[in-house]
Amino acid sequence: MSVMGTSGEERNDYTKDESRQIRQRSLRLLGSLIAPVRLRVVLTMAVVVVSTAAQVAGPALIAYGIDNALPALIDGETLPLVLVVSAYLFTGIVGASMIAWYTVLSARVSQAILFDLRKRVFLHTQRLSLEFHESYTSGRIIARQTSDLDAIRELLDSGINQLVQGALYMGFIAIAMFSLDWVSGVILFCALVPLGFLTRWFQVRSQLHFRETRTTSAKLIVHFVETMTGIRAVKAFRKEERNREQFGGLVENYRDANARVIQLFGIFDPGLVLIGNVALAMILLVGGLRVSTGDLAIGALLGALLYARQFFAPAQEMAMFYNSYQSAAAALEKISGVLEERPTVADPTTPIDLRKAKGTVTFDGVEFAYNADKVILPKFDLALPAGQTVAMVGTTGAGKSTLAKLISRFYDPSQGTVSLDGVDLRKLHPKDLRRAIVMVTQEAYLFSGNVADNIALGKPDATREEIIGAAKAVGAHEFIEALPNGYDTDVNKRGGRVSAGQRQLLSFARAFIADPVVLILDEATASLDIPSERLVQAGLQTLLSDRTAIIIAHRLSTVAIADRVLVMEHGRVIEDGTPQELISGSGKFAQLHAAWRDSLV
Amino acid sequence: MSPQSDQPERVKAVGTFTAIRRLYPYAQSAMPFIYLGMAAALAAGIVALLIPQVLRSLVDGPLQSGDSSQIWPAFFIVLGLGIVEAIMIALRRYFVLTPGTHVEARMRNTLYMTLQHLPVSFHDRWPSGQLLSRAVSDLNLIRRWLSFGLVLLVVNVLTIIVGLLFLVNISWVLGVIFIVTSIPLWIYGYVFEKKYSIVARRSQDQTGDLATAVEESVHGIRVLKAFGRGKHALVGFSAQAESLRGTEIEKARAIAGIWLWLLLVPDVMFALGLLGGVWLVVEGNISAGDLVAFFATATVLRFPVESIGFLLSMTFDARTAADRFFEVMDSANPITDPEHPETITDSRGHLQFTNVHYRYPDSPANVPDLVNGIDLSIEPGETMALVGLTGSGKSTITALTTRLYDVTEGSISIDGVDIRNLTLIELRRHLAMAFEDATLFSSSVRENVLMGRPDSTEEELREALSIAQADFVYDLPKGLDTLVGEEGLSLSGGQRQRLALARAVAAKPAVLVLDDPLSALDVDTEALVEAALRKVLSSTTALIVAHRPSTVMLADRVALLEDGKVTAVGKHSDLLATSSHYRYVISSLEEEEQEVSS
Ligand SMILES: Nc1ncnc2c1ncn2[C@@H]1O[C@H](COP(=O)(O)OP(=O)(O)OP(=O)(O)O)[C@@H](O)[C@H]1O
Ligand SMILES: Nc1ncnc2c1ncn2[C@@H]1O[C@H](COP(=O)(O)OP(=O)(O)OP(=O)(O)O)[C@@H](O)[C@H]1O
Ligand SMILES: [Mg+2]
Ligand SMILES: [Mg+2]
Repeated sequence: MSVMGTSGEERNDYTKDESRQIRQRSLRLLGSLIAPVRLRVVLTMAVVVVSTAAQVAGPALIAYGIDNALPALIDGETLPLVLVVSAYLFTGIVGASMIAWYTVLSARVSQAILFDLRKRVFLHTQRLSLEFHESYTSGRIIARQTSDLDAIRELLDSGINQLVQGALYMGFIAIAMFSLDWVSGVILFCALVPLGFLTRWFQVRSQLHFRETRTTSAKLIVHFVETMTGIRAVKAFRKEERNREQFGGLVENYRDANARVIQLFGIFDPGLVLIGNVALAMILLVGGLRVSTGDLAIGALLGALLYARQFFAPAQEMAMFYNSYQSAAAALEKISGVLEERPTVADPTTPIDLRKAKGTVTFDGVEFAYNADKVILPKFDLALPAGQTVAMVGTTGAGKSTLAKLISRFYDPSQGTVSLDGVDLRKLHPKDLRRAIVMVTQEAYLFSGNVADNIALGKPDATREEIIGAAKAVGAHEFIEALPNGYDTDVNKRGGRVSAGQRQLLSFARAFIADPVVLILDEATASLDIPSERLVQAGLQTLLSDRTAIIIAHRLSTVAIADRVLVMEHGRVIEDGTPQELISGSGKFAQLHAAWRDSLV
Repeated sequence: MSPQSDQPERVKAVGTFTAIRRLYPYAQSAMPFIYLGMAAALAAGIVALLIPQVLRSLVDGPLQSGDSSQIWPAFFIVLGLGIVEAIMIALRRYFVLTPGTHVEARMRNTLYMTLQHLPVSFHDRWPSGQLLSRAVSDLNLIRRWLSFGLVLLVVNVLTIIVGLLFLVNISWVLGVIFIVTSIPLWIYGYVFEKKYSIVARRSQDQTGDLATAVEESVHGIRVLKAFGRGKHALVGFSAQAESLRGTEIEKARAIAGIWLWLLLVPDVMFALGLLGGVWLVVEGNISAGDLVAFFATATVLRFPVESIGFLLSMTFDARTAADRFFEVMDSANPITDPEHPETITDSRGHLQFTNVHYRYPDSPANVPDLVNGIDLSIEPGETMALVGLTGSGKSTITALTTRLYDVTEGSISIDGVDIRNLTLIELRRHLAMAFEDATLFSSSVRENVLMGRPDSTEEELREALSIAQADFVYDLPKGLDTLVGEEGLSLSGGQRQRLALARAVAAKPAVLVLDDPLSALDVDTEALVEAALRKVLSSTTALIVAHRPSTVMLADRVALLEDGKVTAVGKHSDLLATSSHYRYVISSLEEEEQEVSS
C-alpha cells in the first residue's frame, strides 16, 4: 500500500514509515509556503520578541519596587519609585503597541501564505487530469479547498500567534525567573518534564482523531454538494428522508470525531493547569521557607510567584494552538497529498510549438481504456485530413465521446498516439493545443456570471462586438436580448436561469468565438428545437468550411453538412465514407437513415 | 451575483445579544450543561483568586515573624486550591464540550433539511458556496463559541468583577484606581463591536463566494479544460481570494486595536498600582502582604482581561455566522404541504391545467407571463406531447406539475384535486419525472433506479431497466450494485439518460412527466425505447416534452406551446396540416435532407 498523493487518504492505520512520509511532505509544503515570506516572518518575530520581553519585565519591576523602592521611599527617597513606575509604564506601552503591530504583521504574513496556498491548490486541481477528478470526486476537491483551508487559516490566524508568543513568553519568563531567583527557576524547570510527557501523549493520541475529523468532514461536504446540485431530482423523487438519514449519519460521524478530539483535550488542558499549580505551590513552599530564614526577599518571592503563574497561563493558549495545529496538520496532509498528485495527462517538458496548425488529426495504433479491465476503444488507426467535416454516429455508449476526449486530450491513449499535424498531442505546447482544438462537451456547463462572460470564456479578450457577433452566428442573440439585462444577465449557477437549449446555444457561441482549427461538437445540438438547429447548421456550414470538425450527433440531419461519416459500434468504426456512399450502400448507416427518414413524416 | 455580495455590510441593526439569542432553541437542551460548565469555570476562577489571599496572610504572618512552621499549611492550601482549579477546568470541559458538538450537529441537520425543503427558486438564487460555507464553517464557529467562547466570556467577566471586589477589599484606593482606569476599555469594546462585526460578516460572505468559485471550477472542469482556461479561472479566483485577504487584514487591524487597549490599560493600572501601593505602604495604610496580594490578584486577572479581546471577536464572528444561518432558515418556503391535505385514493391520472400562469420572480414587469394561461386536459391513460421552441417554457411547465415551482395563477389538478391540496409526498408519488439533464446520485444503479419506489421487486426493477433499454447495467463491473454518480463509475450521456428514464418508469406513477427523455439516444436505441415505452404509456397518463418528430410519435395528442399559450392541440398529422407554427417547430430539415439524399 502506498500513501503517495491521495491514495490511502481514508485509512487511519499508517505505519511509522508512512506517517513519516506524510509528515515530511506536509512539512515540505509548509516550508515552501513560508520561504517567499521569510523576511516578513523575521520582522514579525523581531517585533514579537521585543513585545514579549517588554511584557515579561513587569513582575521583575514590581519585585524591584517592593524590595528596593519601598524601603527607599521609607528613607524619603522618591527617585527609585519614580524610576520603577516610569520603567513599568514604558515597558507597558512598548509591549502593548508592539503586540498590536505584531497582530497586523502576522495577519499579513499568514494571509500571504494562505493566498499562495489557495492559488496553488486551485491551479493544481485545474491541472490534474479528468481521471483524477472523476475518481477523487468534486466534493472532496471542494472540501480540500474550503474546510481544510479553513483549518489552516485558523492555525495561522490565532494558532501561530499563540505558539510564538507562548513559547517566547515561557522562554523569557524562565530567564527572568533564573535571574530573579535561581532556585525557583529550577523548580519551574522540573515542571517542564511532566509537561513534555503530557504534550507528547496528547499529540500521539489526537493525531488519529484529527485525521478522522478531516475525512469525516470531507464526506459530509461531498454529500452536501451532491444534494444541492441535484436538488430537483431529490425533490421529485422524494429522496429527502433517505438523504436525511444518510446525511444524519455523516453528521454524527463528524460530530463523534470532533467529540473524541475534544475529550482528549479535556484531559490535556486541566493536566497543564495541574502541573502549573503544583509548581506554583512548590515555589511558594521553598521560597517561603527561604524568606523566613532571610535567604530571599519578599519581593523576589512575589516576583517568582507571579512569573510562575504567568509561565503557565500561556500553556492554555498553547494547548489551543495545539488544537488548531493538529487540525491544520491533518488538513495539510490531505492538501499536500492532492498537490503531490501528478496529472496523468501531463504538460510536456519540452513542448513543441505549433502556431498555425492546419488541423490534420491522426490516430496511430490507438487503444484506450478508462480502467485496465475494460478496453473501450480497441486498437485502431484513423486519419482526419485538415478541413474535413466528419460526422460521427453510433449507438449510445459506443465510445464516441471517448474518442472526442482523446482528440482534445482529456485523456491520453493507453497505447499509440493521437497527433495534430503530425505532432504527438503529448508533446504539443498546451497553449497551442487548446488554441487549435476546442470541444463543446455533451453537458453544456455555464458558470454563474453574466451571459457575455460565459461566451467570452472562449476568448477572454473578446470585445462586446465579437461576443454579440458570435451569439448572432449561432442564433442566440435574440433570446439574449430578451433577457432582463441582455448580455449582462446573470445566468445563475450552472446556467439555471436559461433553458437547456439556450444553454447549448451559449456553449456553442463560446466555441464559435474561440475560433479553433479543430472543432469537436459532442451532441451540441441535442436539446435544440428544429428551427434553432437549422440556424446552427447554416452557421456551421460557413464556419466549418476551412476547419476540421468532428460532429457527434444522433440526429442524422447533422450529417447533411458532413464530408464524411463514421459509424461507431462497441468502440470500433464500422463504417466510414461520404454520406452519399453510405446511404446508398446497405450497411448500418443506410438502415439508420431510412428509419430516420420514416420518422420525419 | 449572490444575495450577499450585493450588500456586503449586512450586519443588521439589532444588537449582538438579540441576534445570538435566536440560537437558544437549538442550544436549549445543552443549556443546563453550559450553565454547569460556567459554574465550574467560575469556581476555577475564584479558586485562582483565592491563592493570593493565602499569600497575603503568609506575607503578613509567618514570613514577617519568621515562623516557618506556618509555611507548610499555606503550601498545602495553595496546592489544594491548585488541584481544585484543575478539577474545575476538567469539569468545565466535561460539561460543555460534548453538548456543543450535539448542538452543532443538530443545527447542521436542520439546515440541511431546510435546504432540501426550500423551493427550487431559492436554490436558483443562492450560490452553492454560500450554502456550503454556512453548513460547514459557520456552524463550526458557532459550536466553538457555544462551548468555549460563551462560557469563558461570561465567566471571565464575572471573574474580573469578583477580582475587582477582592482588589477593593485589599485596598479601596487601589481598587478604585483600577476601576477608573478600565473605563476606556468599555468604550473601546463598544466601538470594536461595530467595526468588527461588519468585517467579520464580509469575511464570511467572501469565504462563501470563494467556495462558489471553487465549486464551479471543479464542476466546470471539462469546459475549462476544453478551452484551456485553467489559468484564466485562476485570475478570477485570485481576485476573490485577494479581496478576502484584504478583509482578513482589516479584521486583524480591528483586533490589533482592541489588543492595544487590553494590554495597555492593565499596564497603566499596574504602574499606578505600584505607585499608589508603595506610597500606601509607606503611609501605613496597607501592609506589605496586602501589596503582594494585590499584585498577585491583579496578575491572576490579567489573563481574563486579555482574553476578552479574542472572546469578543469570537462572539461577533458567531453572531454574524448565526445571522447567516438564520438567513437561510428564515427564507420563506411558499411550497409546503397544505394544512388540510386531500388525498387521492384511487388515482386514474387525469392531469388538468386550468388557466395556468407562471412568471419567474425576476422577469421584468413589462413582459407577459412566461406561461400565460394554459388550459389543457390530459385524460387518464393518454399521452400528450408538449412541443415548442427553445425557451418557450416547456421545462417550466413540467416543473410546475410536480410543484418545483408553484403556478402564479390558475391551477393544476390531478383527478380533480388541486395539486396544492395534496401533500408533496403524495403528489410526487402520483407523478414521476425525468429531467432533461440526467442526475444520478452516488449510489448503486439499483438505488438510483428505485429512488421513487424503494420497495419494488427485483422483477419490477428489471422491467423498468428493459423499458429504458438500460440493459448495459448488467455488464457493469458489479452489475446492479455498481456504484454510479459522482463517487462511482462515469457513464456515457445516453447511458445516464436511460437510467433517469428507468427511474421515472420504475416509480410506476399515475402520471409520468418526461422532459425531452430521448435527446441523447441514437436512432436505433430511441426506436427500441419507444416501442417499449408504448406499452407503459398505454396505461399511464404522460406528458412528454419533445423536440423530434420521432418522440412526438409516442403521443396520442400533441399540444403546441407558443407565446406562453397552448395554441393548438391535436394529432400530429392534423397539426401538421392545420398549424403553420407547428410545421415550423417540428418539421424536418427538408432542404438539407434533400442535399443528403441527392
Ligand atoms: N470516465 C469514465 N470512466 C469509465 N468508463 C467510462 C467513462 N466515461 C465513459 N465510460 C464508459 O465508456 C463507454 C463509452 O462511453 P462514451 O461516453 O464514449 O459513449 P458515447 O458513444 O459518447 O455514448 P453516448 O451517445 O451515450 O454519449 C461507456 O460504456 C461508458 O460507460
Ligand atoms: N430560474 C429561472 N429564472 C428566470 N428565468 C428562467 C429560469 N429558468 C428558465 N427561465 C427562462 O424561462 C424561459 C423558459 O425556459 P424553459 O427551460 O422552460 O424552456 P424550454 O421550453 O424547456 O426550452 P428548451 O427546449 O431549451 O429546454 C427561458 O426563456 C428561460 O430563459
Ligand atoms: Mg457521448
Ligand atoms: Mg427544457
